[in-house]
Amino acid sequence: MIQLSRWKIILVTASLVIGLLLAFPSVLTPAQREALPGWLPRNGLNLGLDLQGGSYLLLEVDVPEMREKRVSNLMEDVRVTLREDQINIAGMQREAGGVVVTVAEGAQYDAAFNALRTMSQQGVGPTGQPDRVAAKLGGGRIRFAFTDAALASMGATAVDQSIEVVRRRLDSSGTKEIAITRQGADRIVIQAPGQSDPAELERLVGRTAQLTFQMVDTSPTGLNDALAGRVPPDAELLTDDLGTPYLVKKRILVSGENLTRAGVGADQNNRPAIDFQFDSQGARRFGEATAQNLGKPFAIILDGKVISAPTIQSAITGGRGQITGNFTIASASELVNLLNGGALPAPLKVEERRVVTAELGADAVAAGALSTALGFVVIVVFMILAYGFLFGGVSVLGLILNGILIVAAMSLTQATLTLPGIAGLILTFAVAVDANVLIYERMRDEARQGRSVIASMDAGFNRAMGTIVDANLTTLVAALIMFMFGAGPVRGFAWTLTIGVFTSVFSSVLVAQVLLGYWLKVAKPKKLPIAE
Amino acid sequence: MSMNGWPIIKLLPHKTNFQFVKYAKGFAVLSAILTVAAIIGCFYPGLNLGIDFRGGASMEVAKPAGQVLELDKLRGAVSGLDLGDVQVQGIARRDTNLDDGSTAIVRFQVPENEDQTAVVQRVESAITQAVGDVGYSGVSVVGSKVSGELLSNGVMALVVAVVLMFLYIAFRFPWQFGIGAVAGLLHDVALTFGLIVALRMEFSLNLVAALLTVIGYSMNDTVVVFDRLRENLRKYKVMPLRDVIDLSINETLSRTIITGVTTVMVLIVLAVFGGEALRGFSITLAFGVVIGTFSSIYVGAPIILLWGVDRSGGGKSDATPVKLGMASRP
Repeated sequence: MIQLSRWKIILVTASLVIGLLLAFPSVLTPAQREALPGWLPRNGLNLGLDLQGGSYLLLEVDVPEMREKRVSNLMEDVRVTLREDQINIAGMQREAGGVVVTVAEGAQYDAAFNALRTMSQQGVGPTGQPDRVAAKLGGGRIRFAFTDAALASMGATAVDQSIEVVRRRLDSSGTKEIAITRQGADRIVIQAPGQSDPAELERLVGRTAQLTFQMVDTSPTGLNDALAGRVPPDAELLTDDLGTPYLVKKRILVSGENLTRAGVGADQNNRPAIDFQFDSQGARRFGEATAQNLGKPFAIILDGKVISAPTIQSAITGGRGQITGNFTIASASELVNLLNGGALPAPLKVEERRVVTAELGADAVAAGALSTALGFVVIVVFMILAYGFLFGGVSVLGLILNGILIVAAMSLTQATLTLPGIAGLILTFAVAVDANVLIYERMRDEARQGRSVIASMDAGFNRAMGTIVDANLTTLVAALIMFMFGAGPVRGFAWTLTIGVFTSVFSSVLVAQVLLGYWLKVAKPKKLPIAE
Repeated sequence: MSMNGWPIIKLLPHKTNFQFVKYAKGFAVLSAILTVAAIIGCFYPGLNLGIDFRGGASMEVAKPAGQVLELDKLRGAVSGLDLGDVQVQGIARRDTNLDDGSTAIVRFQVPENEDQTAVVQRVESAITQAVGDVGYSGVSVVGSKVSGELLSNGVMALVVAVVLMFLYIAFRFPWQFGIGAVAGLLHDVALTFGLIVALRMEFSLNLVAALLTVIGYSMNDTVVVFDRLRENLRKYKVMPLRDVIDLSINETLSRTIITGVTTVMVLIVLAVFGGEALRGFSITLAFGVVIGTFSSIYVGAPIILLWGVDRSGGGKSDATPVKLGMASRP
């Protein structure tokens, strides 16, 4: 084993050359990296947010809230449909996923059922099947509800849509290199490196941007009754930014889904306003509604807040309109951005946020680099003191190759290097010399039992190998568990540790074999220096 | 060759003959007491759970270098907001690694029904009012739902780690070795928890990573001793088991010391120069490495004596199990 074989020399040299090629972009500035010829690798170390600064947001899609809303809309649809068919209802009971209607007069039972069945056939879910069904319960009662399949798919679709919408919003805000990933069933992770403003990020994703146009309830006593706590079943009490209350009909005339484009404009007084354009369906509905309600006020509502409540002067049939309100240029353009990006299907709740400034990240890198350098020096000094310049020096050279290979592997896989990852790196150095220690100690044992230099060195490598493999496999198991259960930085640590286990066994064993093999051939020693 | 200077190994005796097993009983009692104390400590006074595991917010507040950040005023300002348990702790500056009184960590709870962002903004403005302009460098907020999951995942990771290690050792070695190894692991994990409680360290995700690494290192150490033990059991068929154990530990002792010393030295460097974020992590690891080394000698190997090992290969155990007393089982 100690015989100097050609393939080992080639392997060590090749890994050194490839390692250097892959590792060296990490010491360059980004500009220098760009200037590298195309055939050279140019990926440097991929620093985690804790090292380069940035924001991490874990958002949860509020699926139950969205289901609630959808059921509320369904109730309103039922109410309006039955009223249009002049069917009197004695009661409506909300239940999970739908509503149970009690028809007031038995004679209208069939008519009511038919109306609702027709309605259910209009809405088609993602599976191609109707997503709502009507069923007679007897006793004048009809159940109208979302199918189980529709309820189940709402969650999954909501997360996909949310990711889409968040991506569009962040793209148009111009922030670069933001990673948006799905986590688990109903979570989204946003990682924004560098100097980006975390508050802006949260504002961008924290708003649902649900825009609706609804009629204002103009019954003479309606608002006062509602303020006294008697809100009619088909209306809701909302406020504007100043806290002025509005009683608004629940039925949505047109919503943001029907917008094709929004832009920043100016009103008559030259204050910022938002111009919008409906699609054909929206234009038709808006035209009908405005024609029927001339002279009455309607409310423009964004995320449950009334933006403005203008009175309809004339039927608006062209599908164009303008929203005026207390906008500044900045707030208007942010809103335009949100509207064009589309509404989130459900509110996103921030469950976890971690913000690290770039300076803090730079300090962490400096501390990490200093500790790595000092840790390295400590190991070098100790190994040379322990085993002398020859054997100690050989393990130091193995350690250097190990360091190069770790940086190379991290750059190649673009695995994230985190602060605990740096600690993992330093720990890897300490454990890397363990392989050398095991081999050397074994050689000493064998030499003391009277074997020749060659025989004891050979036995040292051979017999220590099993122990080295066993001992490192345990570290791998620990790293694997961290990978399975750990969050962000811990995974970074686990990955560094894993790479370190492979590179350290490779470099400490192989470099020692090649260098000591060469020494054996050239120096032809009579005694093993470390065995004296 | 004149190159081989004055190696330390010459200072260590060539061959040691410590009778480790002889003292195992005493150490077993000591270990057992410490382990029990550590486990009790985990419940009373209990672990100092960080925001990773109990939810809430932590932010770093710093004045420019040289200016003093008044911790009392800071504490007063945040406490006045009625945000549950507020902790204010002065730390070393990140850029100079010196504690000049200009930097602190503030931790507080975020009420369940309130918006995280709004609460953080309220805290920031209260702080500015109380102590003037400050910089915020690291802000973390963890919701109660996520923190609950992180805690259960962390506990799960530790449990799975111990179980996998047992399976691994039981697969590679006779099963008695597996029990010895796991006893050693539990001992190491318990005592490391004890240190975390004793030093009132904030128990965070990083410390779970440290504990898992301690488990890995402790196993690594145990495996080296067990490997030699297995080899010597084959080599010296008639030597009493306790002598084989002593011999194996002695033979691997210089390796144990050299690797342990390099690792601990490097971790001390990390604790001193690695900055605040890594201090708890590296102290925990350094302690765990020392404990792990001790346990491979005094917990893992002697426990094998309690069961004895089948050395004939034919199913008959020729080593008489030696009673060490119940105290040696942590």
